[in-house]
Amino acid sequence: MVVFVGGELEPTLLYVLLEIATNRILNTTKKFFMTDNLIMRQPIVQAISLAKQVRNSEIQLTILQDINLDVNAGEAVSIVGASGSGKSTLLGLLAGLDTPTSGKVYLNGKDIFALNEDERAELRGSMLGFVFQSFQLLPMLTAVENVMLPLELAGTNNAHTVALELLERVGLDMRLKHYPKQLSGGEQQRVAIARAYVTSPKLLLADEPTGNLDLATGSQIIDLMFELNRERGATLILVTHDEAISSRCTRQIHLVGGKLNAD
Amino acid sequence: MNFIKLSLRMLRRDLYAGELYILIVALVVAVGGMTTVGFFADRVQLALSRQGDQLLGADLIVVSDHPLSKHYTDKAIQLGLNTSTALKFPSMVTKGDNSILVGIKAVTTGYPLRGELRITNDFEGTSPLLRDRIANTIPSPGSVWVGEKLAARFSLKEGDKIDVGTASLTVESMITQEPDYSIGFINLGPRVLINAIDLPATGLIQQGSRISYRLLVGGDAGSIQVFRNWIKAHLELGERIEGIRDARPEIKAALERAEKFLNLAAMASVVLAAAAVALATRRFILRHLDGCAVMRCLGIRQAEILYIYLYHFIILGIVASSLGCLLGLMGQEALVFSLSTMVDVELPWPSLFPVIHGLLTGMVLLLGFAIPPLLNLRSVPALRVLRRDIGISNTHSLTGYILGLTVLSGLFLWKAGDVRLGSLVIIGFIVAIAIFSLLGYFLIKILSSTCSKLGGSWNYGLASIWRRANTSIVQTVALGLGLMALLTLTLIRSDLLQNWHTSLPTNTPNRFLVNIQEDQLQPLKVFFSQHNIKQPEIHPMVRARLTSINDKIVSPEDYSNLRAKRLVKREFNLSWAREINSDNQIVDGQWWQRKDMGEAVLSMEEGIAKTIGVRLGDTLTYDIAGNVFSAVVTSVRKVNWDSFRVNFFAVTPPGVLEKYPTSYITSFYLPKNRIDIIDQLIITFPNLLVIDVEAIIIQVQKVIEQVTKAVEFVFLFTLLAGLVVLYAAIISTQDERIYEAAIFRILGAKRRQLISAWVVEFAILGGIAGLFAAMGASSLGYVIGKYTLNLTYTFNLWIWFIGIFAGITGAMIAGLMGTRGSLSSPPILVLGKIG
Ligand SMILES: Nc1ncnc2c1ncn2[C@@H]1O[C@H](COP(=O)(O)OP(=O)(O)OP(=O)(O)O)[C@@H](O)[C@H]1O
Ligand SMILES: [Mg+2]
Repeated sequence: MVVFVGGELEPTLLYVLLEIATNRILNTTKKFFMTDNLIMRQPIVQAISLAKQVRNSEIQLTILQDINLDVNAGEAVSIVGASGSGKSTLLGLLAGLDTPTSGKVYLNGKDIFALNEDERAELRGSMLGFVFQSFQLLPMLTAVENVMLPLELAGTNNAHTVALELLERVGLDMRLKHYPKQLSGGEQQRVAIARAYVTSPKLLLADEPTGNLDLATGSQIIDLMFELNRERGATLILVTHDEAISSRCTRQIHLVGGKLNAD
Repeated sequence: MNFIKLSLRMLRRDLYAGELYILIVALVVAVGGMTTVGFFADRVQLALSRQGDQLLGADLIVVSDHPLSKHYTDKAIQLGLNTSTALKFPSMVTKGDNSILVGIKAVTTGYPLRGELRITNDFEGTSPLLRDRIANTIPSPGSVWVGEKLAARFSLKEGDKIDVGTASLTVESMITQEPDYSIGFINLGPRVLINAIDLPATGLIQQGSRISYRLLVGGDAGSIQVFRNWIKAHLELGERIEGIRDARPEIKAALERAEKFLNLAAMASVVLAAAAVALATRRFILRHLDGCAVMRCLGIRQAEILYIYLYHFIILGIVASSLGCLLGLMGQEALVFSLSTMVDVELPWPSLFPVIHGLLTGMVLLLGFAIPPLLNLRSVPALRVLRRDIGISNTHSLTGYILGLTVLSGLFLWKAGDVRLGSLVIIGFIVAIAIFSLLGYFLIKILSSTCSKLGGSWNYGLASIWRRANTSIVQTVALGLGLMALLTLTLIRSDLLQNWHTSLPTNTPNRFLVNIQEDQLQPLKVFFSQHNIKQPEIHPMVRARLTSINDKIVSPEDYSNLRAKRLVKREFNLSWAREINSDNQIVDGQWWQRKDMGEAVLSMEEGIAKTIGVRLGDTLTYDIAGNVFSAVVTSVRKVNWDSFRVNFFAVTPPGVLEKYPTSYITSFYLPKNRIDIIDQLIITFPNLLVIDVEAIIIQVQKVIEQVTKAVEFVFLFTLLAGLVVLYAAIISTQDERIYEAAIFRILGAKRRQLISAWVVEFAILGGIAGLFAAMGASSLGYVIGKYTLNLTYTFNLWIWFIGIFAGITGAMIAGLMGTRGSLSSPPILVLGKIG
């Protein structure tokens, strides 16, 4: 697709095209190197015999059981499974939001459950990004402030510029000063995505990011996520019910009754 | 990162979103109430200490009920001190047909030694350019300076003549400021200043006259101290020294008592505000759980969450407390205004001390009751972003609240300076909360088990209360406290104050005639019959000073009771009578028989006997004009003082006191249309004092009214705090309720069903709260009545009806207003907004 305006190539379009092209090349080369250099490769997420049980009054409930999982940098992995199969629980464990009954999780080679709560939080801040079904924007902050927040928490100086760039990227540069309440669901999720990517996380975790959105908006959001993920060379772990979304990932993980059923 | 910036940003947003109004209002009201009283007390204190010497008119005054020995003056002069003398006594002055009781002060050159006496010749106050000036002199012989009140009353001009006793004096100037016209409650009429040289001409210095002789001494502090020590060793009976240090102890005490009462009201508003703050923070925390969980997800440390909200609350606290201080600054002006009769001097500007106290109170209030839940907020699990049902633990709440209460108690004790009163308030509230909580728990339990059979909305409403048992109890207790404040302030207060307002029944004596001399008894009788007035009973009066009880010498220091101190210090009057007064009743011993006449026996009034510790059979020794007189108490009487007839604390039979200097006193009823008789009476007997009881009662009532107004004003803060608590309690469960209602509606519940379930719920909560409120208010009324106003409060059944009714309707209306609106928007929208 080439568009000429007044005989000249429209400059921004050119820029976008260039960007996409370079990223494509970068990504494929990255992938090439990674898949080929098996010895050099270290999984960005590694779960070893992960199990989660909860005790609810009398009954001991096993939610997750013997989960072994490696996710490599640059992968896009989807976690699928019936409702109640333990997808959210697994995601929470991989992100260090929850603690397992037994087993280990390594993030970038670090045993996260050997860290304390605050150290885990810091690790999350430095290398993870989240997108949730219910957006989870801070209602008392504006769109741009929400996006700035992770940078500010990390102590970055140019938070505002970076946040602006990302909001522009997700197409919300006209909505900077709006509060979450004043945005539609799709717009809120865009802000959430901008917020998730603003720190250039190595790993992005998403729990049914389209669950609260209609089909069309949902697919726009997913497109956006995949684009950003590619542009930034991030790794994606995505929980979803949607077959179509799942199939766009490089790998699918099936959870059945708390057990992995990899294909 | 810059947490303060982030805090400010969140603060601004929370402010816009209305999340902080309850907190702010609670703080402003509590700090406002506290500082209003603080500023006022501070100003009075400063006035009393800083202007002590000004108020006294000297550095030291020797006061006596008899002429002072010339020795004292000689000694003072020998020490290089300045002296001046003054005589103070009440008397009647007349101008034409008008007469009025005034306070006369006869002074000698040099008066006043300290402070300013300012006068003016602009009697109408029409020419502002003719400002008042410092007198620098005293009235010249034959002339008189009058106070503004008298000038107004007689419409006096320069050069007018007024009669003081038998002397006719020319009005020279009007006094605008007098040094020793001090903070006091009741001033016996306007003030008049004359030159001591004119005293003999007035003929007012007679036996039995109540004259206070004063030697004013001024000079450098060292010499004053020497003089003070010297004179202490030489003081005779009936003489005392007044210095800055001992300036007006009774006024100080009275003001302190008033201050305590005001403090009590202010403290109540602080405690109520504490409840509101606790409730509001709880809601605040619940509303910020998600945000904190997200921030935890984004990598914030627990301590950093705490910092963010700590800054948030510290900034909020400082701003709200400062606003409260401003409110207090305005409030105290209103307080000064409403107490204008009590505080009759120019009050100095308050110090900054109450501001510090106000800010501290505000911060302790906010931080003490907000930090415990904040500590919990800090540990919100990040997992909440995935699982909404994960809340926070309440581990820090109880210890935190205890800490908050302890610090608050410390502040109270420091402020009140009265450990007993301060701890009474705190313990009272804690006990009330404990009892309310326990009772609430059982009531809710019993109600939900018995009424569940009723079915329908009863069932749902009760189930809802029981499911939220903890919250429900908190809610009822808070509602109860708020209502209790309201009930106490409206119903009980008016009940109590009713008793303060006494009015005279018709035909009760309304004029006292004092200072009647022996040789005037007959002419007076003639005067009364000439003017067709029923001959009143005339009582003899002998001035005596109690020196010992059963050979034990008494002194004011022996008594802690202020009234007893005063009674022992001053002279009081003995009288004799053959028959017992009809309004007296013997409660112990026996009234004398014919054979007892001439015996040195005494009949004592019950109240004074108790106050100074005298029992039947005790021997009392008096000093009467330098003579020793002893008598045995053979009866104790109860006196109905409300009769306004002349009565005496101590009475002997005839034939005992006649040999001592005696004056006579009587009281009679003067119909309103015959007031002119008084003027003729004064012209005929210039030395008589006519005391207008009605005027005094009106004056007393005015003072009481002003005190009432002041207390009411401070209670306004308590009232506001009570309303804030009510509001906070109602909306504390509003979010949950709206959320649940949305779910119920998705499940098909009809609007009507939900509303009637809520009606039941609020009615029950409100009813229980009303019950608590009535309980609390009744006990509080009893305590206040008993310990501060010396009244027995009779339990009022209405309080219970009104309390419960107000609780039910109030909770129902407020509760439904907050939640009903959500029923008209689609449930999904509601869920989206809150969830
Ligand atoms: N803290 C807990 N206490 C009790 N049960 C729990 C807890 N956490 C998770 N569970 C249970 O574990 C199971 C898995 O929950 P999880 O939220 O991981 O499911 P999910 O696969 O994400 O389902 P969905 O697709 O509906 O979101 C569910 O049956 C849930 O009830
Ligand atoms: Mg899930």
